[in-house]
Order: sequence, then structure tokens, then C-alpha cells
Amino acid sequence: MRERRPRVLTGQHFMSGDHAIAEGALAAGCSFFAGYPITPSTEIAERLATRLPEVGGIYIQMEDELGSMAAILGAAWGGARAMTATSGPGFTLMMENIGLAAMTETPCVVVNVMRGAPSTGLPTLVGQGDVMQARFGSHGDYELVAYCPSSCQEAFDLTVLAFNTADLYRIPVIILADEVVGHLTEKVVIPPPEQIPRVERKAPPSGPSPHLRLYEPDDDLIPPMPPVGEGYRVHVTGLTHDERGYPATQAEAHERLVKRLCEKIRRHARAIVRYEEELTEDAEVVLVAYGCTARSAYRAIQLARERGIKVGLFRPITLWPFPEERMAQLAQKAEVVVAELNMGQMAREVERIIHKPVVRVNHPGGTILRPELILEGIMEAAS
Amino acid sequence: MNESRVATQPEAPPLSLPSLGEVIATHHPLDSYIRVDRFPHIWCPGCGLGIVLTAFVRAMLASGIPPEKHVCVSGIGCTGRIAGYLNLDSFHTTHGRAIPFATGLHLVRPDLEVTVISGDGDLFAIGGNHFIHAARRNLDINVICVNNFNYGMTGGQLGPTTPLGAFSTTSPHGNYEPPFNLPLLAAAAGAVFVARWTVLHARQLERAILGAMKKRGFAFIEVLSPCPVGFGKVNDVGEGVDEMWLYRRQCIVRHDAPLEELEIRLEKGQPIILGNFVDRERPVYSPLGREEDVPGD
Repeated sequence: MRERRPRVLTGQHFMSGDHAIAEGALAAGCSFFAGYPITPSTEIAERLATRLPEVGGIYIQMEDELGSMAAILGAAWGGARAMTATSGPGFTLMMENIGLAAMTETPCVVVNVMRGAPSTGLPTLVGQGDVMQARFGSHGDYELVAYCPSSCQEAFDLTVLAFNTADLYRIPVIILADEVVGHLTEKVVIPPPEQIPRVERKAPPSGPSPHLRLYEPDDDLIPPMPPVGEGYRVHVTGLTHDERGYPATQAEAHERLVKRLCEKIRRHARAIVRYEEELTEDAEVVLVAYGCTARSAYRAIQLARERGIKVGLFRPITLWPFPEERMAQLAQKAEVVVAELNMGQMAREVERIIHKPVVRVNHPGGTILRPELILEGIMEAAS
Repeated sequence: MNESRVATQPEAPPLSLPSLGEVIATHHPLDSYIRVDRFPHIWCPGCGLGIVLTAFVRAMLASGIPPEKHVCVSGIGCTGRIAGYLNLDSFHTTHGRAIPFATGLHLVRPDLEVTVISGDGDLFAIGGNHFIHAARRNLDINVICVNNFNYGMTGGQLGPTTPLGAFSTTSPHGNYEPPFNLPLLAAAAGAVFVARWTVLHARQLERAILGAMKKRGFAFIEVLSPCPVGFGKVNDVGEGVDEMWLYRRQCIVRHDAPLEELEIRLEKGQPIILGNFVDRERPVYSPLGREEDVPGD
């Protein structure tokens, strides 16, 4: 190795979003990355292939995204903070083991740098069409957390947060970035190591015991996660299981497990949700936008304000769970516009939350949503 | 049924047990390594998986590696349930993904002895890509494939090891796909230890598993095992014990057999070659950087 830089690259950097995600993972203590090259996420893998060995971590390039996702779950049970990164086609393959992660409550971080889709779509161009897939892509009912960065700084910060959220709730956490944020280069400030927040996995209260109930949750609905190799004799299965972790393929056990998997996130939604607002105090029109589209949206609300329209921006940072409460509050006294690089995925969710139609500004991807186009939507809502 | 295609029924000697009165076994010496609280198990009468389970446990105990440092990872299917019956840290993963799951676990925890035990469909159809790449990397794990020539859990369908001509619910007119020669495939992909035994050869199997545990690098063992319900009955092999007789009659041990000659045909008079075919050295997968964080093995 030519050089051995520290794990946390404290200081100011001019850095791409993809690299910021990689550095965020390192700062969070990620020690295992399994991936498969795919545009526009490849730079994350490249960065970590260089950086992980510098800090005693492991990079492995797997044979496909099915294997990448399985490998990070194995590493997570081995005690590592583990991550993979991909884009739409790979994300589709990862759905299989994202379900296993949800079912076995295995903490891990999955980055999807979204590109134009469906199918191979637009490999090098931006899209935001995987929003619903991130939430519902694997079969069955489960809940997870998906963060959506709008800047390179946020790509770093949310990656750190994603690891903590994954360990805290024992869930897969998605970073739903997009090609623009991934390939954008801007200022990223990395704090000193002692200022990087760290939440540890909940450990079992006592040592190995033949009566350990691996999936016995505490009052917060989150079970402690025993380490392997220390005599706990954990059994982990994707089958519906009881509190011992044993297969229990009956309706009652299934109800208890799946309800808890959903409820452990729903109950903590207030603590999990993140959003940002701009000029919403007096807003008669609220523009909802996320990821790279939020950047166009900032410009669009400036243009609209110049025209005397009282418009504000609501930017969900957690797309899942969506900040429903605040969205509903804002919509009580304002018309709502949802701008996104898909054919109306989050608009549908917002309408479900606010019980009224929104003005939709959509493009299926390949270009950013220009501020002027969003402005038209704002003016339509204001009229 | 075409008599020349499959083996005829073996001439089984008459069963004569000494009269012992009523014998009730309340425990087994290996009970503490098996989740007996999960019994009865799901495997059918005549299934060979119990013998594989026992062989694994006995090899594990002989390995000198403490049981808490042994981990079993399996995929989906009848064999996939082995992980759940072992009283070890054990993982029952998704269909075909036992090897990549084991890859992640092994790489971050080289102090653990990781053994994948799964079926022929799981490892060589849906999981085939992972198998060849783990062998190519020469990852230091053990892979035991229990080959029963069909998909048993779903009720006896054609798989990648179903012999030519054999019947299954999805090859009702006879299988016209050539099967994999698993030892040849494993060796060609880069495995450093390759063996084939049957559940009739319980001691040889146990020693081969022990050999795999001791071997640095990717070790592969194919275990032929009866599936009377899914495969035996429709192919005139018969019950589990009949397939054991078939193994006894047709198997020959040839450790130095050319790998190309290891194809399995269940036709009468066709030998099934068993042995420890490959034991060689290749550089073991060793990622950069691992030595800094984790104790080496």
C-alpha cells in the first residue's frame, strides 16, 4: 500500500458524493464492504477498495449483487459494520437478502445511487425511480429506514447516521442517493473521530445460556444481538421464527414476529424521521422535493418568491419512514407540489398522507428537474 | 420402467434382530450438539441427512476446534435444515446464498471454522455462481453438498444433478439434461480438497469432513444420500435402505480416479466412484488489511 491514511479523514475536502459515502462509512467504523461494480455507484466501491485495507478493513468484489448482499449479512453477524453499494439493477437483485436482513434483524447499510430506470435504463444519468422499491421491494411486510442525501456533506453525514440506525434498530438501512449527488463534487467537512456519533448494538444482558431467547425483544421491541463464536449458539433463519430463533411456521408466531418487525420502526418513527424546511412559516404553497431535486427546488422557490408567491420547501431526509406528521401539518394551510425524478411515486404517498390532490412535477430521469419546470408547478398550485 | 436404466432391487438379507426386549433410548451421546428440543425433525423416513448431521458433529468434535468456534451455514431445502438442528451458531439463509453469506462471516471472523452444508439444487442451480467463485478465490471454508439427485423439499423435481433419464415430477418423460459432475466442477473451479462419499460410507465421510476442516482453502465434499420419497420410488431405486444397497453394490473407491470419469449414472452395472480425489495447495484467499484488525488463523 502506498500510504496509510487514518480511518477518519478529519478536515475539509473537495469530494464527490460517492466518495463522501465511502468516507462516511469508514468514519462510522465500517470494516467490511462487499460489492459489484455498477454505474453510478462504482466510485464508492473503488474508494473503499483503496481505503478499507488502509484501516484494517476488508473489501471484496463479489460475483454479483445477490452475493454482495448475502456477504454483508454474514459479515454483520460476524460483528462487523458492513455495507454494500449499487444502483437500480443491482438493488433489484439485493431485494432477496434485504428481506433476509429484515426478517433476521441483521444491521447493515445498502447504498443505492439511483439512475434512470426501469431495467438497464440510463446507466450514467440520474433518476429517482427506486423510491417505492426501497420501501416495498422485497416480498412481505417489513419496515426499514431510507435516507436521501441532497449534498455531498449530507452523503457523508447520513452514511454515519445510517450505521447507527442499523445497529440501534437491527434493520437494513438504505441510503437512497442519486446519480447527481453521487457524481457531484463539493465541500465536505469531516469532523474529528471523537465527534463522530456512535451507537452500539444492544448486547445480551447476560453471557451464553442454553435458554437464550435470541429474538426476545425488550420493551422497545428490539432484541439484543448476541455475538457469534462465543457460545451463544444462535440460530438465525429467514423462516418465521419464535423468540428462540427456531422456525415456527404457524400463523400465531408469524403475526407476533411480523407485527413486531413493522412496529419496532413505526413506534420509533418520531425519533427516526428527519426533514428540512425552508421558508415554510408563511407558505401558501409547500413544495416537496428530495435528493438532487431538492437542489433545483431551492432555486425554484427563490424564483417564485421573486414573483410574490409565498412558497416554502419541505425536504424529507428520511424518505422512509416519511415525515408524515409534519407533512400533514404543512398541508393544512397550503397547497402542495411534489417534484421528483419519477412518474409520481412520492406524490402518491403525500396524497395519501394529506388527503388532497397535489400538483405533480415529474420527469422519468435522464436530466435534473429544471427550476423553471418546478416553478410552473408552484405557479399552478398558487393560482 | 426401463429395467436397464436403473438398478434392480438388491438382494437384501433377511432382517434378524436379537431379542432385547423393549429398548427406549432417552438420550444420545451427541445430544448436546443437536437441538433435540426441535425434534421430531422434518426429514422423511429413509432420508440420509441424519447420517450427514452425525458425521459432521463427529468430525467437529475430532477437529480439536471448540464447538463454539464452529459455524454452520446452509441455504434452503431439506439439507438447508441441517443448520437448524445443529446446536451451534448456525445460519439458515436464502436459497443459494449460503456460500456468499459464509464468505462475509468467514472474512471478518477468520477465528471461526465455517462449514456450508446444503443441497445439490441450492449449491449448484440457484447458487452455482457463488460456488465457482468461492472455489476460484480459494476461500478457507468447507462446503458439504448433500446430493439426493432432486429437489426433495418441493416434492421431487428435476435438478442440476438428476441423472440422465431419471424421472421426476418435472421430468415426467425422463430427464434429458446432462447432470453436473460435481467433483470435476469443484476441482476445475479451484477447490483444493475434493471428495465424494455416500451416507453408507459414514466413517469415510466423517474423516473427509475432518480433512476438510483441517484443510486451508476451499474444501468440497459431495455426499450421495437417498431421497426415497422424492427420487427413489419413481426411479425404481426403492426405499432409503434400498438406495444404501445400491451404494454398496455399485460404489467403488478410487482416490486417483480421473475426475472426468466421476459422472453418476444409476444404471445397473455402472460404477459410482467415491474417494478423496483432490488434495492440493493453492494460495488461500487473504484480503489485504485483514491482519491489522483481526487475529489470524
